Amino acid sequence: MAVRELKITPIKNGTVIDHIGNGLALEVLRIIGAQSLDRESTVSVAMHVRSGKLGWKDIVKVEGVELSPRKVNAIALIAPTATISIIHDYKVREKRTVDLPSRVVGVLRCPNPNCISNQPEPLESEFEVVERRPVLLKCAFCERFVSDFLRQIH
Amino acid sequence: MSIHGRDIVSIRDLSREEIEGLLASARKMIPLAEGSRSSRALKDKVVAMAFFEPSTRTRLSFEAAVHRLGGNCLTIADAGATSLRKGESLYDTIRMLSSYSDAIVLRHPNEGAARLAARASERPVINAGDGAGQHPTQTLLDLATMHEAFGTLSGLSVVLLGDLKYGRTVHSLAYALAQFGSEIVLSSPPSLRLPEQHLAELKRLGAKVREEPLLASAVKAADVLYVTRIQKERFADDAEYRAVSGSYRIDTSVLAHAKPRLIVMHPLPRAGEIAPEVDATPHAAYFRQAFLAVPVRMALLAGILGPARRGA
Repeated sequence: MAVRELKITPIKNGTVIDHIGNGLALEVLRIIGAQSLDRESTVSVAMHVRSGKLGWKDIVKVEGVELSPRKVNAIALIAPTATISIIHDYKVREKRTVDLPSRVVGVLRCPNPNCISNQPEPLESEFEVVERRPVLLKCAFCERFVSDFLRQIH
Repeated sequence: MSIHGRDIVSIRDLSREEIEGLLASARKMIPLAEGSRSSRALKDKVVAMAFFEPSTRTRLSFEAAVHRLGGNCLTIADAGATSLRKGESLYDTIRMLSSYSDAIVLRHPNEGAARLAARASERPVINAGDGAGQHPTQTLLDLATMHEAFGTLSGLSVVLLGDLKYGRTVHSLAYALAQFGSEIVLSSPPSLRLPEQHLAELKRLGAKVREEPLLASAVKAADVLYVTRIQKERFADDAEYRAVSGSYRIDTSVLAHAKPRLIVMHPLPRAGEIAPEVDATPHAAYFRQAFLAVPVRMALLAGILGPARRGA
């Protein structure tokens, strides 16, 4: 029998985000808001894990949390290769790849400080996805292109 | 396709065919804009001029366009005199204005303001400049000026000169020229080059585009020399500004090796980029360009507010 090395323990209920690009787990934790989660929500992180598909990958497991579509969109922006599994009673109830929609709403701040979306107006930020690999976005208001958006995610 | 009832926020909102239709309509508007014929195309129409930032040429030419077509204007020319000062959002201001008028012409200091206004308004919104963002009617009148001079917008060599990084007029103009298949020659100081992503977008559109930082080489083969203002505040110190702005100044010696039919354009106001001696040469097209603002804006307003079947 092959010896299996368990790097992080299975979770009973919650979400597993797998196939995150190498070194991006901390960004995913920031999007999930890991710091402000309930202490019952155990968060496990594995970085620099061998992967057949990616070479190296990161994995994040969060106990007792299901991600909102907005957070999934934000993850899709920085980790387009990620898969999200919903775990119920140690079993995978649903597994899907993240899918970047053609418009990203309410996820990022426009980096242009003079953009109307950064003023006190009743609106949500909105970006058109111009290119997917690598991701290039365009603000739906000021038309500014955004490629370096890690810092812009809410 | 008709532009009747449409918002015009960015030049990207108009197809090549729609731009050609508007330019043809603008040519017919010239006698009306000169006052030698009259029109009632906008009779009983009220157009709100919401100018939240100072503007002379744009506001006056829009107002002239409305009056020449027999319409009426509601004008906000001083944002300080509105409820915006009391903290009212632009969204609410536009909702209110759209219930008083048939269309809104908006100038605003924030980029993207016109897109927000178009969402807030039940009436068409025309962007008359939003911050450093879009100014589609400026692009239309630039194209009208080139078309009047050459009878075409295809196959021209157009030099965009000066501040290509921050200049909003050049970004929209380059995009429009790309659709018509004219060559775009970018000539700027290294620190004011066209941003990489705009360059990539032009290439994606299949534009013939190249960079030529040397003014003399750029001018030689050009049909159009489009000059923009190099703003002092973009430079760390005065000496650097003077060195750069001096090397991009157009005078008769620069134009000595130009094609005889070359036209020099400028969105105005100019601040020393073009020597006054150029005014008397056949190359000077910038005052004609300023005049064409009226027939172009008339064509746009008539297309948006006039009878649906007559839209450009």
